[in-house]
Amino acid sequence: MQWETVIGLEIHTQLATKSKIFSGAATAYGAEPNTQACAVDLGLPGVLPVLNEDVVRMAVKFGMAIDAEVPPYSVFARKNYFYPDSPKGYQISQMDHPIVGIGHMDIEVDGVTKRIGVTRAHLEEDAGKSLHEDFHGLTGIDLNRSGTPLLEIVSEPDMRSAKEAIAYMRKIHELVQYLDISDGNMQEGSFRCDANVSIRPKGQEEYGTRTELKNINSFKFVEKAINIEVERQIEIIEAGGKITQETRLYDADKNETRAMRSKEEANDYRYFPDPDLLPVLISNELRAAVKADLPELPQAKRERFTSEYQLDLEAASNLSSSRHLADYFEALVKSSDCDAKICSNWVTGDLLGALNKLSLDITQSPISYQRLAGLLQRISDNTISGKIAKQVFEAMLSSESTADEIIESQGLKQITDSGAIEAIIDKIIADNPGQVEQYLSGKDKVFGFFVGQTMKASQGKANPGEVNKILKNKLKR
Amino acid sequence: MHNKTIAQLAKGLQAGDYSSQELTESYLGRIKQHQALNSFITVTEHQAIAASKQADAMLAAGDAPFLTGVPIAHKDIFCTQGVKTSCGSKMLDNFIAPYNATVVEKLNDAGVVSLGKLNMDEFAMGSSNETSFYGSVQNPWASNTVPGGSSGGSAAAVAARLIPGATGTDTGGSIRQPAALCGITGLKPTYGRVSRFGMIAYASSLDQGGPMTQTAEDAALMLQAMAGFDPKDSTSVDREVPDYTTNLNDSLVGLKIGLPKEFFDEALNSEMAAAIETAIKEYKKMGAEIVEVSMPNLKLAIPAYYVIAPAECSANLSRMDGVRYGYRCENPADLNDLYIRSRGEAFGTEVKRRILVGTYALSEGYYDAYYIKAQKIRRLISDDFNKALEQVDVIMGPVSPAPAFGIGEKTDDPIEMYLADIYTIAINLAGLPAMSIPAGFIDNKPVGLQIIGNYFDEAKLLNVAHQYQQVTGWHQQTPKGFE
Repeated sequence: MQWETVIGLEIHTQLATKSKIFSGAATAYGAEPNTQACAVDLGLPGVLPVLNEDVVRMAVKFGMAIDAEVPPYSVFARKNYFYPDSPKGYQISQMDHPIVGIGHMDIEVDGVTKRIGVTRAHLEEDAGKSLHEDFHGLTGIDLNRSGTPLLEIVSEPDMRSAKEAIAYMRKIHELVQYLDISDGNMQEGSFRCDANVSIRPKGQEEYGTRTELKNINSFKFVEKAINIEVERQIEIIEAGGKITQETRLYDADKNETRAMRSKEEANDYRYFPDPDLLPVLISNELRAAVKADLPELPQAKRERFTSEYQLDLEAASNLSSSRHLADYFEALVKSSDCDAKICSNWVTGDLLGALNKLSLDITQSPISYQRLAGLLQRISDNTISGKIAKQVFEAMLSSESTADEIIESQGLKQITDSGAIEAIIDKIIADNPGQVEQYLSGKDKVFGFFVGQTMKASQGKANPGEVNKILKNKLKR
Repeated sequence: MHNKTIAQLAKGLQAGDYSSQELTESYLGRIKQHQALNSFITVTEHQAIAASKQADAMLAAGDAPFLTGVPIAHKDIFCTQGVKTSCGSKMLDNFIAPYNATVVEKLNDAGVVSLGKLNMDEFAMGSSNETSFYGSVQNPWASNTVPGGSSGGSAAAVAARLIPGATGTDTGGSIRQPAALCGITGLKPTYGRVSRFGMIAYASSLDQGGPMTQTAEDAALMLQAMAGFDPKDSTSVDREVPDYTTNLNDSLVGLKIGLPKEFFDEALNSEMAAAIETAIKEYKKMGAEIVEVSMPNLKLAIPAYYVIAPAECSANLSRMDGVRYGYRCENPADLNDLYIRSRGEAFGTEVKRRILVGTYALSEGYYDAYYIKAQKIRRLISDDFNKALEQVDVIMGPVSPAPAFGIGEKTDDPIEMYLADIYTIAINLAGLPAMSIPAGFIDNKPVGLQIIGNYFDEAKLLNVAHQYQQVTGWHQQTPKGFE
């Protein structure tokens, strides 16, 4: 039997606001437990939520960027359940009237473009954290995260492989950072994903019973979790069994999914409109303001990079994968006289390679675009060779100096003075009569020996073109 | 001195006839003397004396706000910083609020001196003050009868002249009904007029704080301080607060009073009907016109209310879970045990009943049949009132079908207790402002006249109430033993 995988994703992305969604407390990550939780976040008796307007603006921005319907009116609802890190005994979320309606996101897998439907995106508050260690059989509650704004982005079950799911997730990840509405930091939990997975015989229209994989925090784990879950489902069905609709947890250490709770045990959340909050009205003024504020989106940027800078698609995709990277690249092109392709090669090759090794992202690059431009300038004006440039680049990584300062202090300036090169060559010819003999007798390969010796003697600083020219002259057969 | 109104006391304080400390000590003495009423849960004697001294200093320095030095007390539903805020429940018996409700803050800014926290039905759920963890409150007019509820402590304390004014809250009649049963003046403002921040929520879409006083003029003075937009309450309305005293003396000639025929059907006690008719006659004498209006959907108000209010309260009270504050059971075996026993041991019967009803009404498969339907009814009831208020300036009627009933008389029959709220509940569903003013007695028990107005028409209500109090003396009666 041929099986088809059906995947839908629910992505929770933390919105990058300074304060929480319904209170004035700060959202910064990593503070001492319960130091960033005010009376509202603690759910004290009598407190009331007040909506942070930035959150609305960010959600609308997202909606516009995925070409979604942004209804004029949306409603917050209470989702009721008891848990110690949910201080009110309900979570303020959205149910019937989400802030963002139907939209879509295009993905590319193996050179094929596919449109993935986005069902909705709604706003909600995050819960706190339960800390089970260090309390001798008790549980500690940290409510710093309580009330952090989340945008939950729900896709249609349009993906047919883990690969497509990853591609979609990456596109959303890229987009929220582009829009400056989330830092997308997966380690800190700013970007999390639940996957709804089912299988069906190829060709069947009806969906199979799905399981929900909870809280998967990296691209790698999403792929693994989906694949392992699909395998599990195929095994069960092929053995004549049935899939139970349930929530499952992915265990990365054991690479397996485990049942958390079945549909029967699932909570009845008893959603109803939160009477403490008025419906959110999206005015035309807000729409216009958000629209004006929309940055160039990744797709458009990619296309512009191929046409404006004549980059190949891979380089253009690579550079436009992050808004900061793209900005770095364009700033570099503008401030150096170098060809855009050379700039692109340096950024996607040497710079990203180095940053990768240092586990830094482009915003933390030790080499600013101005310094890198200074280096590229010296290649294009022949002050140094491409090879020396790599050496200078390495030195720049660990110092604050400009390329010129490094070239100067390390004496790396290219020797273009033909007199100086001639002197070196004369000495090499004199020292190696045997090789001269061989070359003159017709062994062309020996020419390379002389080039190598000359470069070595000049510590790589001799202009290679000049070296070739003089050698050809001196060793005339 | 204790029979003086807030207006008189404030004037006397400003004139230096007596000090705030003298007043405060005098009222504190009365509170102690009449402890048997059980109207207070907490008396903040030391803080009150300290605040009165501060008030005296401000008065001496001149330019003190008008209510400076006037003693009042708060219903124990309002959070008061550093003071126990129990909401009448064992659940919050150990809860010291770390912040002030906006209403408390605003009244403090106006200069009042708070003498403590007043008894109430547990989490404001009740019409007799009998659901309080701290015991029932005696009605000063007849100690074996209830003061009404849920703001029963507020009403009893003002009626007994233990304080000149108090805060109350009204979700389905909780200011007006106890005001009526205790013979004082109570005002439930338009929903959104007074901030709910720091007022422990029972049913968020219905709850509204307001003043409970001897006179309409005093209610105007207190409301002046309490009302206004609060950025901390998204449901408070950003609308200018008028001067509530300006129009108190406006003539009522030509005032159109609507009498809903559904208010005067067979459910109404005949003596009550007679008392209300007598009051209406008084208005006719002042030049008002009477117009019969109709509220065809009125009978649906109680069932709709007892879906919406419990639904909201079932979520509002979820935060009382024994985890962060409030009552926690001893030695919980696990998390579920902690929840079940903490809530099971700390909530009273009426609170549990409403949480259960509300949870049921919101459950999957019942939501549309109950909650959504109740919201539709709510709209119909609002429409009834809005239609009537297009024809008339105010609507009048009884507050409760009968005067104060005996303590323990209705505790076994919650439905009968609920039905007694028929004249007040609909007004909360519509979000309209309404008052209760003393309008006579039946067997020495006070009767309240209800005056309902249009949205944000509190000034009109106060004017209509004040004019009545210029030609009648019901509001000046003091119960025996408290003169």
